[in-house]
Amino acid sequence: MALLEAKNVTKSFGGLIAVNNVSLTVERGSIVSVIGPNGAGKTTFFNVLTGIYKPDHGSIIFDGASIAGQRPDQITKQGIARTFQNIRLFNNMTAIENVLVGMHARLNAKMWQIIFQSPSVRVEEPRARARARELLKFVGLEGRYDELAKNLPYGDQRRLEIARALATEPKLILLDEPTAGMNPQETLEATRLIQRLRDELGLTVILIEHDMRVVMTISERISVLDYGEKIAEGKPEEIRANARVVEAYLGRGAAVAD
Amino acid sequence: MSTTSLPNSPFAALNRGPLAYIALTAYVVVTSALMLMNTRTSLGTDVLFVLFLLGFLLLYRANVANGYKLALGAIMLIGVVPYFGTMNAYYIELAIQAGIFVALALGLNVVVGFAGLLDLGYVAFFAVGAYLWGIFSTDQISQISPGASPVSPQWFYLFMALGLFVGAFFGVLLGLPVLRLRGDYLAIVTLGLGEVIRVLAVNLDRPINITNGSQGIKSIARPPLPDFLRALFPGLDDPQLYQLFIYALALLVVGITILTVFRLKNSRIGRAWEAIREDETAAVAMGVPLVRMKLMAFAVGASFAGVMGVLFAAKQQFINPPTFDLIRSIGILAMVILGGMGSIPGVILGGVLVTLLDLQILPRIATELGALKRQGIVIPDWFDPAQYQRALFGLLLIIMMIFRPEGILPDQRRREEAHATEAQEMPEEAGAGEVKPA
Repeated sequence: MALLEAKNVTKSFGGLIAVNNVSLTVERGSIVSVIGPNGAGKTTFFNVLTGIYKPDHGSIIFDGASIAGQRPDQITKQGIARTFQNIRLFNNMTAIENVLVGMHARLNAKMWQIIFQSPSVRVEEPRARARARELLKFVGLEGRYDELAKNLPYGDQRRLEIARALATEPKLILLDEPTAGMNPQETLEATRLIQRLRDELGLTVILIEHDMRVVMTISERISVLDYGEKIAEGKPEEIRANARVVEAYLGRGAAVAD
Repeated sequence: MSTTSLPNSPFAALNRGPLAYIALTAYVVVTSALMLMNTRTSLGTDVLFVLFLLGFLLLYRANVANGYKLALGAIMLIGVVPYFGTMNAYYIELAIQAGIFVALALGLNVVVGFAGLLDLGYVAFFAVGAYLWGIFSTDQISQISPGASPVSPQWFYLFMALGLFVGAFFGVLLGLPVLRLRGDYLAIVTLGLGEVIRVLAVNLDRPINITNGSQGIKSIARPPLPDFLRALFPGLDDPQLYQLFIYALALLVVGITILTVFRLKNSRIGRAWEAIREDETAAVAMGVPLVRMKLMAFAVGASFAGVMGVLFAAKQQFINPPTFDLIRSIGILAMVILGGMGSIPGVILGGVLVTLLDLQILPRIATELGALKRQGIVIPDWFDPAQYQRALFGLLLIIMMIFRPEGILPDQRRREEAHATEAQEMPEEAGAGEVKPA
């Protein structure tokens, strides 16, 4: 069974239909891209999947259970993690603290246990810190644990966001433009990291991406949104050849001339 | 920061190594001794008292073993202050007031500093605790349900625990309607809710007389003096013993409060609060349940105020609504901001500093100016120093916000962690820099 099955998802803001009847099926262990011109509704679709917006219509089945309309923290707890298009780290917290926040739902310390420093807390806390360091190492931030998030260079902030998302112990990770604003070298490294998420951690990945080189290299399937509707879906080579996609990106004239 | 500038300053040697121990001990001994020799309430004693308190700050900042810091601090708090207090009641009263407000500021710091929820009605929870003990320990209770008699003063300790829960309950109650609000809107609504509690205290004398209205509640019971205290200090009279007793209780509550907020801050819950403060949307997307965590912050913050309210009522033996007005809330917020939002040592300092300014330093300046005027120094007639205390306080706040908006002792834990290696290397680097390469 597919890990994620979104069916006929619609979300509108007043008169604007941001996501219109979009369906998306994601198989376990795959890397799937969602592409489309600016304002096509990709991020809104992500926000619906992660519970930041409630869908007006449609169903979202994740890992066998419906998650449509649940709160974001509940959805995260069930195994969907995400990063943000415009990096949203906890700027005045250190790298390791950012990751530790991601573990919130996986830690069990209750208030009275913390106040009395019960044995379980004394075990849990150092273990969580060790795990957080491991995750930071995995994304390539070894030794920068105590750096404030806002002081990290841009590329490292993107990595930290991924580490923080990994800390929630997800099955599915949604990456919103993970290579935006990166130079070719950084983009290459980010692409490798995304592949390692799947190959080494066994995660399923959905990414929104504008860099077609990245999209075409790593995704197994691509869905294309335009004006809130899904206009195409398929393997990279199929999408490349799809006239409607070319039209959406370059305009009608370009598509005809092609 | 001063930690990095210290190695170059002439006082560097005083801040580390064996000399630091000697210097600190000497400072504390000298200020303590001078203070204990000048027990009359006067400008000189005021200055000595402040210098003595400054010892705590030096102790906190010095590079000496933590055990030594704790030991010296404990001697000052448990030995010197109470002893001095038996000689001059005014100063131990100051210390008690400072303790009460430090606990309140620490509680508000959980809400404002940790979770970033601007709360302008915090004093309401203090009022709830105070009225709780005020009503149940006096005849006021028989006004509510005829036939009921006040609880025995022995029950005071139970009521302190009860104050914790009642405070937390009201924290949640007033937190619920404001969950969706942020920033300015949150501040305005909490301000309103805080005033609601005060206005209730004024008006709940009819139809059933619960709070005795604007007259307030008189002759509130104090917990009975423990026998050992009397045995320990046979030479002291009851008022003095009571002050020592209340001081000890306040110190205990403050100690527990500090330990609690410190542990919470460095925990899953404290990190969740900070995450909410930094970015609500990101926090919730990382699995932090917003509603529960915000209510928890309100409850924890309010519970400290509830406990201190109970103690405050027993100390004052009289409470009335104006004690819990908006200015009080703003005062507590000023302690948090002045000291450094989110920083536990900062907020403690802020609490002590604002209390001293309010009760000691500013009135003292006013008295001294008044005395000068009477001696014929020309101070214009329109300037009545006593009237300008608040203005001076406001001016101080403004100056602070311009030159040090992050507070006097900003949150340092992370900064020190982040630069731990740098700070260690610093002295060698600074030393090496002075020797010019040949």
